[in-house]
Amino acid sequence: MRRLSSFRDFDWVLLGFVLVISVISVLEIKSATVHTKFHGFEHKQMGFLAVGIVLMFLISLIDYHRLLDIVHWAYGISILSLIAVFAVGTKVLGARRWIRVPGGHFQPSEWIKLVLIVAVARYFWGLAGRELTWTDIGKAFALVCIPMLMVLKQPDLGTSLTYLPILACGLFLGGIRFKQAAIILLSIALLVGGAWKTGKLLKPYQKARLTSFINPDTDPRGSGYQIRQSLIAVGSGGIWGKGANKGTQTQGDFLPIPYTDFIFAAFCEEHGFIGALGVLLLYFLILMRLIQNAQTASDLPGTFIIMGVVSVILFQIAVNIGMVVGLMPVTGIPLPLMSYGGSSILFTFMALGIVMNVRMRRFVN
Amino acid sequence: MEPVTHSDYRALNGNSEKLPAGKLHSTQYIVAVVLAVLITGLWRLQVLGADNFRALAEANRIRKVPIVAPRGRIFDRYGRLLVDNYPSVSCYLLRDQSRNINLDLPMISRGLNIPVDQIQAILHRYQTAPKYQPIPLKQDITPDEQAFIEAHRNELPELETVDVQRRLYPRDGFAAHLIGYVGEVSEEMLNNPRYAFYDPGDVVGRSGVEASYDAILRGTDGYKDVIVNSRGKELGQLGQTLAIPGKDLRLTIDLDLQMAAEKAMEGKIGAIVALDPHNGEVLALVSRPTFDPNEFSGHLTKSYWNEILSNPDHPLLDKATQAQLAPGSTFKIIMSVAGLQEGVAQDMRVNCPGGATFYGHFYACDKRHGMVDIENAIPWSCDTFFYTLANKLGIDTIARYATSLGFGERTGIDLPDEASGIMPSTAWKLHTLHQAWYAGETISVGIGQGAITATPLQLARAIGGIASGGVLHRPHVVFPDEVRPGDLEAIHETFSGSGDKTIPLSPANWEIITDAMANATNPAAGGTAGASHLEGIDFAGKTGTAQVMSHDALARSGGGHRTLPNAWFVGMTPRRNPDIVVAVLWQNGDWGSNSAKLAAQVIEAFVSKQRKRENNIRIAEAPKAAIPAPAAAVPATEPEINDHPL
Repeated sequence: MRRLSSFRDFDWVLLGFVLVISVISVLEIKSATVHTKFHGFEHKQMGFLAVGIVLMFLISLIDYHRLLDIVHWAYGISILSLIAVFAVGTKVLGARRWIRVPGGHFQPSEWIKLVLIVAVARYFWGLAGRELTWTDIGKAFALVCIPMLMVLKQPDLGTSLTYLPILACGLFLGGIRFKQAAIILLSIALLVGGAWKTGKLLKPYQKARLTSFINPDTDPRGSGYQIRQSLIAVGSGGIWGKGANKGTQTQGDFLPIPYTDFIFAAFCEEHGFIGALGVLLLYFLILMRLIQNAQTASDLPGTFIIMGVVSVILFQIAVNIGMVVGLMPVTGIPLPLMSYGGSSILFTFMALGIVMNVRMRRFVN
Repeated sequence: MEPVTHSDYRALNGNSEKLPAGKLHSTQYIVAVVLAVLITGLWRLQVLGADNFRALAEANRIRKVPIVAPRGRIFDRYGRLLVDNYPSVSCYLLRDQSRNINLDLPMISRGLNIPVDQIQAILHRYQTAPKYQPIPLKQDITPDEQAFIEAHRNELPELETVDVQRRLYPRDGFAAHLIGYVGEVSEEMLNNPRYAFYDPGDVVGRSGVEASYDAILRGTDGYKDVIVNSRGKELGQLGQTLAIPGKDLRLTIDLDLQMAAEKAMEGKIGAIVALDPHNGEVLALVSRPTFDPNEFSGHLTKSYWNEILSNPDHPLLDKATQAQLAPGSTFKIIMSVAGLQEGVAQDMRVNCPGGATFYGHFYACDKRHGMVDIENAIPWSCDTFFYTLANKLGIDTIARYATSLGFGERTGIDLPDEASGIMPSTAWKLHTLHQAWYAGETISVGIGQGAITATPLQLARAIGGIASGGVLHRPHVVFPDEVRPGDLEAIHETFSGSGDKTIPLSPANWEIITDAMANATNPAAGGTAGASHLEGIDFAGKTGTAQVMSHDALARSGGGHRTLPNAWFVGMTPRRNPDIVVAVLWQNGDWGSNSAKLAAQVIEAFVSKQRKRENNIRIAEAPKAAIPAPAAAVPATEPEINDHPL
């Protein structure tokens, strides 16, 4: 009986918005790959979506409190898997991010996001709303930054950055004071500035991306080229777009990887400002719906978990679309629900599964 | 992390506090602000910048590939091919892409075998040209270089190959000065308003007919808009503007005569020009030494260029129209016209003891001719007679006649850079040297020495005109009806000169002069060109032996080939109203009679052809060997010699 009532509480409206974006994603992947050797990726994406939806339902069945109970184990395994990546990982394009498993490649860094969301929720819930001391803040940083630095070392700047909003969100909701936040931001700025100077923090290509973001003409063949072509794609789409399969930048292969990181540029080229507004509206509705769910959660960790998901999704939208329209440097962060890729899709749906889980248990007591 | 058990959580859950509502509420604002910023970014690009980015997207994918118009071919007067085209591939550089070409230079340099600094020089030259205009990087690329471009489409999408038609000129510099050559338009030309419609990189005529008739020979280039992907691979074509090929041009040149003249001048320095005095058509035009125009229209090698530059005999100079030299005794024909028309020469009898003294200076004649009148003075070329005549006429009368016969002025031939020569007079000397004319100077001018200079073309036209009763025509190498009237006017304007004109010449005087010239080739009459007598041909003419330095200088120089006099001859057939007049300049040829032999070869070729034609015999096909075949590397587009049906 209780289970049935739970499914009635499943957020079908949220799922509806999510599925609309997923369909748009599949259609744009099809359009962006139709003349390339990657054509047919839309079918694989549909496969990922199917698996994601199934996982979402399965995860929504497990009480999230149980996840909170086992999260320290999951956290430990995550750290071990990151060490394993260094030891036996597959090197692709100069970065060790994947572990070969039967049936494909496993990229631990994506799943760690999920673990961190739950772990941060549990950590702040443990503090139970008391005023944050510097020790509390230090522990929170350690919790997030240990795996983050390991992922950064792979090197995978993009994914490691997506851990930060989880921490930021936790600190914000956990009650960090303005003065503390200011001191932290200042010291991070100094630290990053110092690391930039010594050149130890970022790989040369990462540095180049940032330089070329500031001045795309310094490297018109590398990441400057990507930004430039992306801007041309988005801008030339105009208000109404060039039409599906008619984007010259997308179809002519000028736009780099138009089915993953730059899918939104491809979409903007073919469907214009109006289409882009539509997608952003869908994201807005999804995020509002998530925040609403966080408000109705029955307890503090539920709220923290949902807000963790919100922070990651919002961060990725901001960084990806920001990159596509030239407001952010190229970081290689996929656009949730739009970009092609199993890890990204599965993460998003599993995260949504936990959200559903929290929502379904909002009237538990 | 402290272990918290399930039960702990249950226990804590009871008194779980909720977050302050305002905090979650504020996150909604954060989401709204973030999305609003992104929408602003999209608005900036897609609404405000749409036109700009649309243009960039088009420039990205549309490549303007030139279609180079083939130049018109050049034929002789009977439609026999002189200049053909052959297919070739040129490499162009496209700059309208968002690429930094400087990074690719080392690779392009290796693949196309051009030094980097040379590419940079080319890029520099095109700095001001519009970006969409492709730059010609290298012409006539080898199959290896073409393969390099094809294989590196990904790395070097800015390189494009274009099929072009290139010039194929006769071998061994055959008629090189007449035909000229093409080359890339130079910076000086681009600065000249006359060439306003040329773009940098255009191939234009740089000399000869190629230059003077460039507007007709050159077509109008077309272009096609090709859709390409990011790797420069052609995906389709949007549209094209076809090239309009240049117009073929028929010259007045007779290939047979040209070959005879070329053969006559072989190994010598000088020029031959043959005209049809009835209308001014140039039948043959040869200058020696010559050059290979094929070398000039391709990539001119430094060694060949140095060879040309270091040659003291100036191979690039068209000596038929550009060499200005003392005409020597050939000028006596002009003197005769002046003397007879002035009524002075008819009854003049001069005793020639081997020279005469004027104004206290002895002027030599090379023989003791005894009593000489005008009828003997011409065939014998008696200097004493003409010294005396010149003295009687005075410089300004001589100059008046010579000027009316085209001396000191361009003829207006439709070839570039014609020289005008000098016809001295008292006014001329005052203007150029700010000195008064000394009567003694007139004596030398009387035998075509001194300050007077003329080109072979001027002599041919003047003497041919005199033999035609005083009717002079503007020499030309292209039939006027080959050219649209407007273009013809432009050509006449560009190559201005004395043009068509008629000078008064009484029939009696005309007969005296022409008969005297006929005697010049008559050994029985003691003519100076008696050795060139052509049996059965009415061959008339006048020799000239022009000293290249004064007697004093000659004595100092110690002799040598270059001190020998220039040998002139202007000959025609028949003596009155001739069908052909030939001027021969053989520099350092020693005696005018030597040049007469060369002229005789051309005259003989002309007459034998004329007779065959009159007897309805078809003109023999020119021997292939004599017509320059294309260089070995060139595809089999050997110019065919059409046997023109007459």
